[in-house]
Amino acid sequence: MRILSVLGFLILAPFLGGLLDGIDRKISARMQRRVGPPLLQPFYDLKKLFSKQTIAVNNVQLLLNLSYLVFLMISGALLFAGTDILMCLFILSTADMFLILAASSDSSPYANMGASRELIQMMAYEPLTLLVAVGFYLTTGSFQVSEIIRQPLSALLFMPGMLLGFVFSATIKFRKSPFDLSTSHHAHQEMVKGLTTEMSGFNLAIMNIAEYYEIVLILGIFCLFIINRNPVSWIFAVAFCLFLYFIEILVDNACSRVKWSTMLWSCWTVTLLTGGINLFVLLLIQ
Amino acid sequence: MGTMSKSPWLLHYDASSCNGCDIEVLDCLMPKYDIERFGIINTGDPFQADILLITGGINSQTEPVVKQLYSQMPEPKVVVAVGICACTGGVFKECYNIKGGVDTVIPVDVYVPGCAARPESIIDGVVKALAILDQKQKDAKSGKTAEADDEAGGTNG
Repeated sequence: MRILSVLGFLILAPFLGGLLDGIDRKISARMQRRVGPPLLQPFYDLKKLFSKQTIAVNNVQLLLNLSYLVFLMISGALLFAGTDILMCLFILSTADMFLILAASSDSSPYANMGASRELIQMMAYEPLTLLVAVGFYLTTGSFQVSEIIRQPLSALLFMPGMLLGFVFSATIKFRKSPFDLSTSHHAHQEMVKGLTTEMSGFNLAIMNIAEYYEIVLILGIFCLFIINRNPVSWIFAVAFCLFLYFIEILVDNACSRVKWSTMLWSCWTVTLLTGGINLFVLLLIQ
Repeated sequence: MGTMSKSPWLLHYDASSCNGCDIEVLDCLMPKYDIERFGIINTGDPFQADILLITGGINSQTEPVVKQLYSQMPEPKVVVAVGICACTGGVFKECYNIKGGVDTVIPVDVYVPGCAARPESIIDGVVKALAILDQKQKDAKSGKTAEADDEAGGTNG
């Protein structure tokens, strides 16, 4: 069962992530009164990127990008195997470090600016991510994902604040406005490509696939808040993820990019207010 | 439809245009024309672009920029000259600082005339460019490169 779940993640996640991206672009277009690209457009894009010539200023970029992909796959595999969530989150941060290294491996000032902004983004969401892991431990008595999903009650009932905070910081992870500082999907921002400025062809395709894994991984962590012993909760978890993704698209279309300092203090304030208070309450009722 | 023509990404550069054509290019992205229907994205990044849209004639300041943008784009790639200034130099042709159309600096695949070029004709030009893009990819796959073409032309000539 564990092996099936991991294999399912490794094989299906890029397709699921790509499909979600396609839905995202379609819904965004409709929100802007446009028709939008076909649903399968992300896959056409990937196919094209693989067939293009790859220009790399620094050859190490490909290795670093592949490491980003592999570490994301490992992190997701840990989550879907039902093992330690703390380890999963640490490896997720390690994967992000490889992306930052890949972006700063060349001399483009835009890529370097994107890399430093990505570092600031990590600083912004990392405290809450750790609090969430601690929250799961205090609620369920275990860091093991397989234990967390076998509780009689959903973790959501004990950690609503943490969920709220995690929704807030997921906007950074999904690279949505107002927090799409390091790289953006849209051409109207002040620095459009940032991190991915010097990635072309194969390199960019790898980076995109890694992003799809990341989307599925983050949505998987959201599912942990909902899933309990009752199998019906799985349906609620999936429905919640789709609803959440829609909210992210809505926010993406309704907000403009903020400055890095605004992102940092707003993220830490939200972390303190939602995660911090939630943690305090959890410690009290233990 | 080939692999390339299903997801062509644009790079738009203003070589010395009066901004008339630039606004028409941006018009193509607006809800009325919505070129994202065809999977076209306006990227700001030559490394990720397939089609280079140039508006305005080339002057001595933009010449190195155009050459660099063109060289930074990965193969296969096409160039579309939008507006009469980009095609021939237009009314600025005789100016002391204007070199002429885009084809004085880099090879151009599609010419879209007009002052300013209408969004319909720009989309028409891009669609023509897509066919050329697919053909270029097919040629690249069969091992026929531009250099080989030149050599063949040289021996024939």
